Amino acid sequence: MAEVNLRKVVKRYDDVEAVRGIDLDIADHEFVVLVGPSGCGKSTTLRMIAGLEDITDGDIMIGGDVVNDVPPKDRDIAMVFQNYALYPHMTVAENMSFGLRLKRYPKAEIKARIDEAARMLDIVELIDRKPKQLSGGQRQRVAMGRAIVRNPKVFLFDEPLSNLDAKLRVQMRIEIKKVHQKVRTTTVYVTHDQVEAMTLADRVVVMNKGRIEQIGTPNDLYHKPATRFVAAFIGSPAMNFLPCRLEEAAGRLHVRLTEQIAFPLPSDRAARYRNANPGQQLLLGLRPEHITEAKPHAEPGIEPFDATLDVTEPMGMETLIYFNLAGKQVCGRVNPNAPARDGQPLRLAVDLNNMHLLNEATGAVI
Amino acid sequence: MSSFAIDKAGPGRKVKFGSMSRDRVWALRWSYFFLTLFAIIALLPPIYMLITSLKSSAEISAATNPWWVFHPTLSNYHELLTSNQFLRFFGNSAAISIAVVAITMAISIPAAFALSRMKFWGSATLATGVFLTYLIPDSLLFIPLFKMFALFGDWTGIQLINRWYVLIFIYPTLTVPFCTWIMIGYFASIPKELDEAAIIDGASWFQTLTRIFIPVALPGLIAATIFAFTVSWAQFLYPLVFTTSTDQLVLPVGIITTLIKGDVFNWGQIMTGALLGAAPPLVIYAFLMDYYIAGLTAGATKG
Repeated sequence: MAEVNLRKVVKRYDDVEAVRGIDLDIADHEFVVLVGPSGCGKSTTLRMIAGLEDITDGDIMIGGDVVNDVPPKDRDIAMVFQNYALYPHMTVAENMSFGLRLKRYPKAEIKARIDEAARMLDIVELIDRKPKQLSGGQRQRVAMGRAIVRNPKVFLFDEPLSNLDAKLRVQMRIEIKKVHQKVRTTTVYVTHDQVEAMTLADRVVVMNKGRIEQIGTPNDLYHKPATRFVAAFIGSPAMNFLPCRLEEAAGRLHVRLTEQIAFPLPSDRAARYRNANPGQQLLLGLRPEHITEAKPHAEPGIEPFDATLDVTEPMGMETLIYFNLAGKQVCGRVNPNAPARDGQPLRLAVDLNNMHLLNEATGAVI
Repeated sequence: MSSFAIDKAGPGRKVKFGSMSRDRVWALRWSYFFLTLFAIIALLPPIYMLITSLKSSAEISAATNPWWVFHPTLSNYHELLTSNQFLRFFGNSAAISIAVVAITMAISIPAAFALSRMKFWGSATLATGVFLTYLIPDSLLFIPLFKMFALFGDWTGIQLINRWYVLIFIYPTLTVPFCTWIMIGYFASIPKELDEAAIIDGASWFQTLTRIFIPVALPGLIAATIFAFTVSWAQFLYPLVFTTSTDQLVLPVGIITTLIKGDVFNWGQIMTGALLGAAPPLVIYAFLMDYYIAGLTAGATKG
């Protein structure tokens, strides 16, 4: 068990800078997820922690020791790969015990550890099978078992669920969380799936173009994104961004979307945005769940408006609506019982208590 | 119904249903035709050899149907298998082939592993270079090689020319490049994550090779083994050049040089010797085919 620290870590391939000087502190027992689009440097970062890639510059520390030049086998880490990487000629038990056998652990100890891990992962009856006799989900369990029996300082997961179908992915996500609750090993987990990141992580690290955009708890990232990239990346359906300006009217600060549509800001928001440059081109960020059908009674910060729906998508527990606002397609979420029909008008309301205001030029959240 | 109407709408269009299977049937017929043809062409010589080997010299020279045995006899087999000379040729061939296979594997496996997995400066060029050496025909090499071993004898006093074991040093120049090339291909097909997993599990490069790569690439290894053995067993030019004394000969050369006396061809024994000589590779093929199963890597990664 150990903490992991990255100090100004850089990875350069010839002329391409894949990782551009990132700093990251992962506490003991913490489950940290690196998430971002493909090519953002998340896998490279993980592989540098594993020692599978050399680092060009900076320091990586595991348990307080700089491991820049320590080979993977001496870093006391275990890794689970996207394609499982099980040894095809070995049984499940042999796969799991390979590392322990190399280190010449006593037989009894190896057996005890395999039994424990197999029970934890519910693969006891598969222990004598070869990988090709297993399903994808079972293979991934074995790969996790191989990591667990080593009892390493750090678990590294490289998109472990990407090869599984949607249903199995949800199931294995829960399994991974359960395993972490039991073994409490420091974990670094890489995924491009923001749902996986949100559901698994103690803290999420959002990466983009080789840099860290934001580090925070799943709730922080969702409710207080620091940049437009994070705001757009986290959450599904994604946040709506509408071009807008701030203006004073009738003594209140308004956010103006079009000539016709301007919403007065609630008082706390108005205080926060008071210092923003009034003529500046801004973006109003609104999550779909903050655009709902209008309620009969007025509430502070909830502002009604009329829209004609283009498309509705009934999801069962909610209905997603798409309509045009200020020249942009906007997504909202309404109650399944609301009278939302394709091509029909509907009175909607925006919840400005949960709005975000972004600088269009820099992408920074104000 | 609607799809039926659409089909009718284009009367000139060929109906696609069933045409796939009709193509397939014809493809199968042609494959069987050519496979049978080539099987016949390939099998005729050994069958002719078998028929001739069962005949006495008198029957061979008699003007009877060459494709039929009227008085079958095992005398050719009896004479060859009780001849010390023939057994000596057989022994030389076996010793050389086994030694060459061992040497080839000892060099090719680590070389292929290094060239396919340990990225070092010039590794890609070296891998191509290994293959290029295989493209040089051995008939170009035997004179310089002969000269080399003759000079080696002059300088050191160790005479290797006209010793059967000199071939153990020569054949690897043919087998190593090709076997290395085959194994590079097999090793390259092993997913990178497999050795990364092994390295993280604490395996050294050598352990990764012996515990992961060799077992997983076993079909490739067997293919290379069969190749090296067949090349060494069937090689004719080098032993013809490098060995001359009767007790130093290998099987293919020995049969020709001892069973053809002047212009007298002892056809019955030549054919018998050739058949017996072809037996070991056949046995090895038959035995190793069971292990020669592709798809051993299935299940390693997403499959």
